[in-house]
Amino acid sequence: MKRLPILVLLLWLCAMFYVGIFLFVGGFLLVRLEVNRTSTCGDVLLPGGQQGDFCQGQPRFRRAVVLIIDALKIDFARFDPAKKEPRPFENKLPVLEEVTSSKPTHARLFPFRADPPTTTMQRIKGFTTGSLPTFIDVGNNFASSAILEDNLVHQLAEVGKRVVFMGDDTWESLFPKKFHRSLPFPSFNVKDLHTVDNGILQHLYNIMVSDDWDVLVAHFLGVDHCGHRFGPDHPAMADKLTQMDGVIRSVLDRLQNDTLLVVMGDHGMTDTGDHGGESQKETDAAIFLYSPSPLFPASPSQSDPEVVPQTDLVPTLALLLGIPIPYSSVGQVLLPLFPANRQSGGAPAGLSQAEALWINAKQVNRFLETYSSMAKDIPPERLSQLQADFSHLSSKYLSTVKEGRSPTPELVASLQGYLTSVRDTCRATWARFNPAKMAAGIAILACACVLCYVLSEMSSVLVRESGLLRVPLVAATVVGVCVAASQLFTQGYAEGSWCLAAAALSSEVLVLWRARRARKTAAAEVGEVAPRRGWLTPPRFLLTPPLLVLLLRCASLLSDSYVIAEGRVVTFMLFSLSLYVPFHLNWDGLLLPPVHDPLKPAGLLPSPVLSPLAMRRESSTFLACLGVLVGSLYLSLFFHGCREEQGSCQPSPFLSPLSRVQDSRLKNLHYILSLASLGAWTYLLRRWLRHYGNLNSLGGTVFTARWILPLLSVCLGLHWAVSATPEDSFRNLAELISLGQRALPRVAFSLLGLGLALLWLDPLTVFIKTRAAAPVRSPVSLPPPRYRASTGISTQAELHHLIPQLYQRMRRSLEDGEPARVPEGGDRPAVEAYGLGTVYSAPVVLLCGLLGMGLLLLHPEGMSLAFLLLLLEMGALLQMHASSTTLNALQGTHSGGFSVPWTPVVLWSLAATQFFHATGHLPTFPSIQWAAAFVGFPGGHTGTILPASLVTLNTFSSHILFAVACPLLLFWPLVCEVRAGRGGRGGGGEEGEDNAIMEMRLRESPQQFSSALLQLATRYLFINGAQVFASVCAAAILRRHLMVWKVFAPKLMFEASGFLVSSVFVLVGVTLVIRVDVAVGRWFKRLLPDTSG
Amino acid sequence: MSVNVGTAQASDLARLHVYGRESDDHDHIILGRGSQVQVDLTRPLSSTMWDQEIRHMASSHAIMASGVFMATVVPAVLVPGFSVYGTHLLWQYSVAGVVAVVNITLFWLLGVSPPTKKHTITYKVSRLVRSCLYLLLSCLFFHTVVVLYGAPLLETALETFSLAVLLTSLTTLRCVCVLGPNVQAWIRVFSRHGAMSVWDTSLQMVVGCSVVGAWLGAFPIPLDWDRPWQVWPVSCSLGGVIGYLTGLVVAPAWIHWHRKHLTYKSK
Repeated sequence: MKRLPILVLLLWLCAMFYVGIFLFVGGFLLVRLEVNRTSTCGDVLLPGGQQGDFCQGQPRFRRAVVLIIDALKIDFARFDPAKKEPRPFENKLPVLEEVTSSKPTHARLFPFRADPPTTTMQRIKGFTTGSLPTFIDVGNNFASSAILEDNLVHQLAEVGKRVVFMGDDTWESLFPKKFHRSLPFPSFNVKDLHTVDNGILQHLYNIMVSDDWDVLVAHFLGVDHCGHRFGPDHPAMADKLTQMDGVIRSVLDRLQNDTLLVVMGDHGMTDTGDHGGESQKETDAAIFLYSPSPLFPASPSQSDPEVVPQTDLVPTLALLLGIPIPYSSVGQVLLPLFPANRQSGGAPAGLSQAEALWINAKQVNRFLETYSSMAKDIPPERLSQLQADFSHLSSKYLSTVKEGRSPTPELVASLQGYLTSVRDTCRATWARFNPAKMAAGIAILACACVLCYVLSEMSSVLVRESGLLRVPLVAATVVGVCVAASQLFTQGYAEGSWCLAAAALSSEVLVLWRARRARKTAAAEVGEVAPRRGWLTPPRFLLTPPLLVLLLRCASLLSDSYVIAEGRVVTFMLFSLSLYVPFHLNWDGLLLPPVHDPLKPAGLLPSPVLSPLAMRRESSTFLACLGVLVGSLYLSLFFHGCREEQGSCQPSPFLSPLSRVQDSRLKNLHYILSLASLGAWTYLLRRWLRHYGNLNSLGGTVFTARWILPLLSVCLGLHWAVSATPEDSFRNLAELISLGQRALPRVAFSLLGLGLALLWLDPLTVFIKTRAAAPVRSPVSLPPPRYRASTGISTQAELHHLIPQLYQRMRRSLEDGEPARVPEGGDRPAVEAYGLGTVYSAPVVLLCGLLGMGLLLLHPEGMSLAFLLLLLEMGALLQMHASSTTLNALQGTHSGGFSVPWTPVVLWSLAATQFFHATGHLPTFPSIQWAAAFVGFPGGHTGTILPASLVTLNTFSSHILFAVACPLLLFWPLVCEVRAGRGGRGGGGEEGEDNAIMEMRLRESPQQFSSALLQLATRYLFINGAQVFASVCAAAILRRHLMVWKVFAPKLMFEASGFLVSSVFVLVGVTLVIRVDVAVGRWFKRLLPDTSG
Repeated sequence: MSVNVGTAQASDLARLHVYGRESDDHDHIILGRGSQVQVDLTRPLSSTMWDQEIRHMASSHAIMASGVFMATVVPAVLVPGFSVYGTHLLWQYSVAGVVAVVNITLFWLLGVSPPTKKHTITYKVSRLVRSCLYLLLSCLFFHTVVVLYGAPLLETALETFSLAVLLTSLTTLRCVCVLGPNVQAWIRVFSRHGAMSVWDTSLQMVVGCSVVGAWLGAFPIPLDWDRPWQVWPVSCSLGGVIGYLTGLVVAPAWIHWHRKHLTYKSK
């Protein structure tokens, strides 16, 4: 068996997928660190550098009304009286034009440019924090969506301003308990145009005339929902905009002199009414500023900005209202709102342009320093340039102020220039998709999928090929270094991701080319003409039902509805595919024994190898397993969680931890149920191992199975009991309980670690029993000792799992010249090996069982039922696979070799996704079970690696279990072979004895073993990789979709991390099999000299 | 009863081929008991016989399809407020009833149904009872499968069961008509070499198309389009009926197309 090449090949394949995912995610998901510092009144340095409390000063405006009209595009706000036939969305807000033209110093309308992603939640974050929120703002709190960065609402609350909010309930989740008064309305139903708006209008005017507010925020959703539902070019949009026109008019009438009015859109919309992306139609909203007192020092002039970036609202509002600019803001103040020079006397005139800019620049510089000390994603040479600029400007400004002169317009312009370049730098780092990287990622992923498919189809050829990867790897290194060098030469710095991409692609292409050549030479050796399009199997093979189901699954990832209903969709597909299996068998006439026909000439049909009786037994086993599978599929539906998009969905009651169940009787029932299924899990595993004789020897694995497994389950049961105990009822035992909560899981973890270590060190479960009577050392007769792969101590079981003649084969292969004459019968076996028949699968089963228990520990107690279902379903799938293989083999349609067909592999992989949902997980961030991080660590953690890995293990537990158990698909038909052999004997065939060597077949043909193992692993990787590819495509194609940040991007993240975890654990499984193979090889070597003398 | 191949006339032989079990008891074929003569005719049947048979099938399928059509249109005219979406259950029942009546009548008239072995009343009654029992069981079976596929267990039990009744009338009823109340024959007919006459082949296709149609009908249910036909079980029953109609069209056409390659083994 080729061990190392397989591992290296698989590792390389996984690495290709990783590179592809890394590149795509790097281009698609914009990541930024959150700075969790806040500005205070004290640290706003007043112009001139003197210390003082900034908030004490008289602000320009005491109050502000902020009307946010969601998706108020700049085209909606403009008014063009020349238009004779305006379209439904044009000229519907005449009030803005009327006011700006009649009172030029009171009002101004600007285009208001948002930064992508142009979704409401990100935009609200953007224009309250003044930063550029990305999809993932890495903060210290994943679980809630509340904004933790410094923001306007926080600052307003700090200085004691009463903020009243009404409208879109997203605000309520972003700023929980920050408002003086809050009237949220449900925003979820996009089809509902009026609930939010009417809700606001009921209260808006009453509150405005009352005096119980300082800042009033009203967020209207009707225009946005109208866009999503009908598009902008629809009469409903005209109605909605006309309504908004009326609202603005009424608000204008009620404004007082000390109040600022801001009417703004958070983003625009495309011609179809969608948003989320970065096209100008989506980013260009409108902003309208008005005050009853003169707001602008001058009427519109050339110096007015053409476009106002959305980030600029924050510092402007902050300085106008007299509060500190939020810490992480990168915006610059809107200069037209500030007087060029400080006017002395009169009404509170506020800051002058230069002063405002100075405060702003100081704050931005401080943020930049803090951020660059935390994260390294801003290019360093850019950073040092900016810092040099600032120090130059600040010395210039300070000297000017000290001398008492008013700053020159040049200084103002250069301050502005500084702020603009900071914002551009930040935007380039955080807020731009990188299409080139995305495309490269998609290309690499597609190549990797094709490679996986090709490798799996021609694994038998490729296993023989030596050094398949050597040239591609060398070439990849060379190409990578070349790209790095050329980048260094042209740009002055090398970007690692592009070097990786070039290296990965070149190696992929080279491997494909080599595979093609290997195929040709292999075909030439056999003597057949290489088929024209042969090296890639023709597309019609892709349309076999299992691959069709996979295709459907991938297609379903492109629709948000299907992603939302993923749990049920996957169960549906799994059910369909598993029903297809018996139909297919029946179609081939394998399910029912053929009609016995005495008159039929014997030569016409090959006589059935299997007697009708055995066939009937095999098919009834098959059908029984199908029943178990279907049952567990159905029952698993009761363990699903709920997404917020699924309206009338009740999450499974088993998902809440036991300690939250109030009714004590129900609690006991749940506990007993969980314990029972835990016990069943342990019992089933041990039962299986005992049945196949793997519990007899004294090795480490057997010790694990005998002692660690039950101990682990006892630990788990105790832990559940302790953690479910209500603390107030056992007050005197409180210390004991907290000790138990800490110690029991830790004990379980260490037992698990011990078990895994033992499993790795000594994976053999073979027990040798030498019979004293055997004439071992007689040189004349040399009776060939025989091995038995026995299932148990009982003689009956021995008879069923006998492995005869193995020794002869071994001998023949080792000592070539010796004649291999075997006297038939007569002598008793000298050596019996118990558990040899399942020597490969036993450690894998045990590893799966141990890991399952460890993962169960991280779940709520009720999930043990789901885990039991998982075990049953695994068993049913394996048994179905084995039965259908046997039925196929006995009808003579078996192709030979150990190759696992697509159907069971697809079923296996779908089952992993199904149990992802059936253990209460969902591909959304709020549904991550954070409690898993505190199992055994109730006091919290100091680092982040341990809790992160615990949560990862919890989230992807079903992926882990199915990936680790994947090699069982290869072994199970061999394990079950013995029964078929028995049946064959009963039916009169004499091959029964020869059949009964179970997994030792694998040692007989190591070449086929390694090719089958490689094929299985590549097939599994292909199926998972295809799903990742599909969700990557979904994210790339639908990046303008309404649901992209809610559905597709989280799905992509979960799919990609699921693939990561799966591939790692597939590698673990394969490595374990290889480890066992090494151990078995050593064992034979040790045994043979012993017995042959 | 057995057929002597040597003395059988050519037309008899052809008839035997076409009907599969013209003068034979069906149970015996399947269970392999009794004495049968194997007729293994590998040359294609004469084209006139084929044409006649296919014409029979095409015309009967046309009648069935028009039955489905009438079952939709006539109540729409007669019953006030009838619509496929609005009064979906009524539509299901009317289609199921019409399909059942048309199927039974046509197959009885055509004589495709397997002849009874004994002509006693009790035997006929027992066959009838068994047929009804199997149909009922088939309804329950479809109901179970549909629930396992994810239909709500209790809330829409009536709708689910109506769908099961509809599917039974589209699939199982045809099996009963063509093969008699014999589950093993039903199972065997869905294998590669299981078809013993053109009617068996058409049975395979019609049943397959109906089931696949109903399966495909489940696909639009999760989509958020809010259409009336996405309500459970409208899309599935529509899919099933559309699949059935497709099968009715496809079966004669396919058989006609492949008539050169079709050979049937009969016992």
